[in-house]
Amino acid sequence: MTLHLKMDDRDDRYRLDDMVQGLVGTATDRPEGKLKVSGKASYAMDALPDDVCHGVLVRATITHGKLRNMDTEAVKVLPGIRTVITGKRMLRNPAQGMAGKAPIQGSDDIAYFGQPIALVVADTLEQARHGALVLRLELEAKGDAVVNPHDPEASVEKPKTEQVLIGDLDEAMKKAAFTVDQHYTTPGHSSAAMEPHASVAHWHGDSVTLRGSYQMLAYNRAELADALGISEKNVRILAPYVGGGFGAKLGISPEAVAAALASKELGVPVAVSMTRQQVFETTMRRSETNQRIRLAADGNGLLTGIGHEALVSNLPGEDFSEPVTQATRFLYRGENREIVHKIARVHRTCAGSVRAPGEAVGLTVLEIAMDELAEKAGIDPVELRKKNIPDQDPTDQIPFSSHTLAEALDEGARRFGWDKRNPKPRATRDGEWFVGIGMASAVRVNMLIESQARVTLSADGRAMIETDMTDIGTGTYAILGQIAGEMLGLPMEDVETRLGDTEFPPASGSGGSFGAASNGTAVMLGCEEIRRQLCKKLDCQDSDMTLKGGYAIVGNKRIALREVLDGDTLVGEGHVQPGKAEKKVRQATYGSYFAEVGVNSVTGETRLRRMLGVFAAGRILNAKTARSQCLGGMTFGIGMALTEELIHDRRDGHLVNHDFAEYHLPVNADVPQIEVVLLEERDEWANPLQAKGIGELGICGAAASIVNAIYNACGVRVRQLPATLDKVIDGLDEPA
Amino acid sequence: MNPFEYTRASSRHEAATMAAGGATFIAGGTNLLDLMKLEVMTPERLVDINRLDMDDIETTADGGLRIGAMVRNSDLAANDMVRSTYPVLSRALLAGASGQLRNKASTGGNLLQRTRCYYFYDTAMPCNKREPGSGCQAIGGATRLHAIFGASDHCIATHPSDMAVALQALDAQVEVESATGDVRTVELESFYRLPGNTPHIETELKPGDLITAVIVPPAKGRRQTYRKVRDRASYAFALVSVAGVIDMSDGRIAHASLAFGGVAHKPWRNTEIEQMLVGETPSPNVFVRVADALLRDAEAQGDNAFKIKLLHRTLCAVLTELTEG
Repeated sequence: MTLHLKMDDRDDRYRLDDMVQGLVGTATDRPEGKLKVSGKASYAMDALPDDVCHGVLVRATITHGKLRNMDTEAVKVLPGIRTVITGKRMLRNPAQGMAGKAPIQGSDDIAYFGQPIALVVADTLEQARHGALVLRLELEAKGDAVVNPHDPEASVEKPKTEQVLIGDLDEAMKKAAFTVDQHYTTPGHSSAAMEPHASVAHWHGDSVTLRGSYQMLAYNRAELADALGISEKNVRILAPYVGGGFGAKLGISPEAVAAALASKELGVPVAVSMTRQQVFETTMRRSETNQRIRLAADGNGLLTGIGHEALVSNLPGEDFSEPVTQATRFLYRGENREIVHKIARVHRTCAGSVRAPGEAVGLTVLEIAMDELAEKAGIDPVELRKKNIPDQDPTDQIPFSSHTLAEALDEGARRFGWDKRNPKPRATRDGEWFVGIGMASAVRVNMLIESQARVTLSADGRAMIETDMTDIGTGTYAILGQIAGEMLGLPMEDVETRLGDTEFPPASGSGGSFGAASNGTAVMLGCEEIRRQLCKKLDCQDSDMTLKGGYAIVGNKRIALREVLDGDTLVGEGHVQPGKAEKKVRQATYGSYFAEVGVNSVTGETRLRRMLGVFAAGRILNAKTARSQCLGGMTFGIGMALTEELIHDRRDGHLVNHDFAEYHLPVNADVPQIEVVLLEERDEWANPLQAKGIGELGICGAAASIVNAIYNACGVRVRQLPATLDKVIDGLDEPA
Repeated sequence: MNPFEYTRASSRHEAATMAAGGATFIAGGTNLLDLMKLEVMTPERLVDINRLDMDDIETTADGGLRIGAMVRNSDLAANDMVRSTYPVLSRALLAGASGQLRNKASTGGNLLQRTRCYYFYDTAMPCNKREPGSGCQAIGGATRLHAIFGASDHCIATHPSDMAVALQALDAQVEVESATGDVRTVELESFYRLPGNTPHIETELKPGDLITAVIVPPAKGRRQTYRKVRDRASYAFALVSVAGVIDMSDGRIAHASLAFGGVAHKPWRNTEIEQMLVGETPSPNVFVRVADALLRDAEAQGDNAFKIKLLHRTLCAVLTELTEG
């Protein structure tokens, strides 16, 4: 039986608080943790079948044009080469998240430098790689390719849904006591997951099984089927473990389709793993952004107007547009509001969802501007934010489901010792280093996505969860087990969680921070259904039944579940869908960051010294994995603030720094002690768990706290991220 | 990776003879293997010199050091003699790469590592260093990493080694054994070449020449440091670096050796500025004058214009540090 829930209204039942197993919220270890640290967890390219062939993708080496021909015959005679795949089914770029259909296909039309246009397949990886590198391509370049968003030749569109015009911002700016009107830029970013995109395809008759590294299997199944021109029923995707995704693995990507095509032709399994360079060049990048922020405030620092204009880019034909201004709609008050969003069509690597699309870069810039306003108005940055928290969403005029920003700001300021801050730059010095502190708000929209799961309570009293949900390193195995254990009164070791197989009920997948809450709700509903069946067996009401430690307690009776089941196996399926709740209220997660940096007075190098994040995301399901999510987000924030930048050649747009040596993620030495504090919260509007997404919250605005700390340290305001030393050094000799 | 033959050499002579016949030496392989996977380098034969007996660190008759070519970077950095007498070398080594790479990388191999120019690493790009005569795509492109000294119209790449910069400031020599068994020593200063119109020829080594050791004379100053400026705290190549060896006498500078990394096709040295320092009483004015002189001939490529100011400031800071107290 399936229990359905459409989230149309708030849920005040606090079901998890009625339970007594004591699992949800605790710092439970990942059940699969030992497998992972001992190298036994099997990722996409592990445990390859004996008869597997290897494929290596071949890239286009022009920016825009046509593939006229390729000398496949010369490659086919090389040792070990089995075939060369190309043609109309090859993916131009990965599918956008939740597309559910194939992206633009075909290897003849080349839209960006690095586009995969062929797959060379051989007996060994080395043979395939050599074949791919020596394959001669006959390419015809079009000379007029626009590669820079600022190119006057670039075609620029204004997506209708993202524009806001309320009141008269120009007038508000004129009347304001304090204003900020500044331009900022953020560079492109790559998700840069540890595990590269990889797929192993194998056909049995008309059906293909793909072992891949993907985040959203139900969607990926539809995308792969569409790309191959076959029925979804004939596609099975397995992704039991995923070595990081961060958005780059939301949609099916070129290696999967190429592997399936090759395997079909050869009749053997074909494995294709992207090289690190290919991951950078042919999977999603976060668009660079050009942003203008206007802030108008009265003499007390109350905002009367906010303007946020953003220019982003993407390939022609892609509907994704980095939602830079998403949180500007509702984070701060101001009766005059103007949001302008533009997208330029450029021939660069495809832009898509990367690490908290929208807030990661949009909020960061807004929070740098807020720091500038605080300084102009002579108001403490924490106070400025607190006094500008609106009573309701000022753009959509709907109430907030819950609001924890003020609490997060206060708690962070208290723990960090913010009251000791000297607002004057260059006031603190440690040898050669200027020392400063900065802060920023965190906010991320909250989403619920349709999701299903099946829970089976076997006659032996053990439970099993089955869903095509993924664990991309986030802790899904742990939290689903905790939810089922809590609802059914079972210890963790009596709950088995099976993920990452499209034969299981379709889940939300992992993305947009919605996985835990969406799929967790489906599991909870499945458990509710099992509880209903148990009540029937026990002839009692659910409110009279307590489940704990494998026993059912009803009245003064304590009966082992095995006894209750009496040889039966109970199955409960849960199915949750978003409903009217998301329109009735504004749901978001909030937090605050506090950072201390040293800026070298000689070189302009910035090194982070300490950082604190305080977050509220509804009910915290697992204190350990939630904290880890925030640590990861803040670490990405460090990268965004100080080092990470996709560099495109200004002439042909090709990605110049496409490896870990030159795309500078933070290394251990860049990440000092980071503290994470999670606030207690319940959001009744979010879902029956009262939990909200936490995966992305830790990066949203994080970089601003560091950039603001740089200003407090040395008096240099960096408006072009990342704040590498060349952006700082010129200001070091100027009067602070 | 193109198909290749692999041979493990059992003697230096065997290794050198094979190299004279076109084989490429492989030691730690920390750079070569990456380049082979990308087919930036496509040797048809590899001769493995890891088992050759070249991993000793010995004191020389004049009190210097002879470092075997196969001494691993980690071992060299941790060597007591190096730490106490040549701290600039130890610091430079530890500023480079990562612990895992230093465990594998050899002294000789470190000297011969290739540039990190983005365009050299991408076989779709013209590169005179990779493919002589094809052009230099770095010029006019992304040049954050590139040279401000000694570049040519054919190549603007930099040498990425930290170790070599320290060795340059220590007046080190490279000991080379040819295929005929002749042993010669080459000053590090003349070991490396500027790009000119042959950027693919990076050193004075001839086919079959095997680096057997690096010889470091007695240090001419006890005040030593290596300062590396980079985009992240570890695992990044130098934007600029300064190796300094200073000796003071009666409050005046008695000796100065300075070498600079991240700024040229080779570890950069300018003896004119060293002479300017000798006999001077340290002061900010002196340092600024010296830094001005060093950077007089610097030429920016666009994205790397900041290096001129950065090197100026870093040099002044290093000189201040080394002459204090």
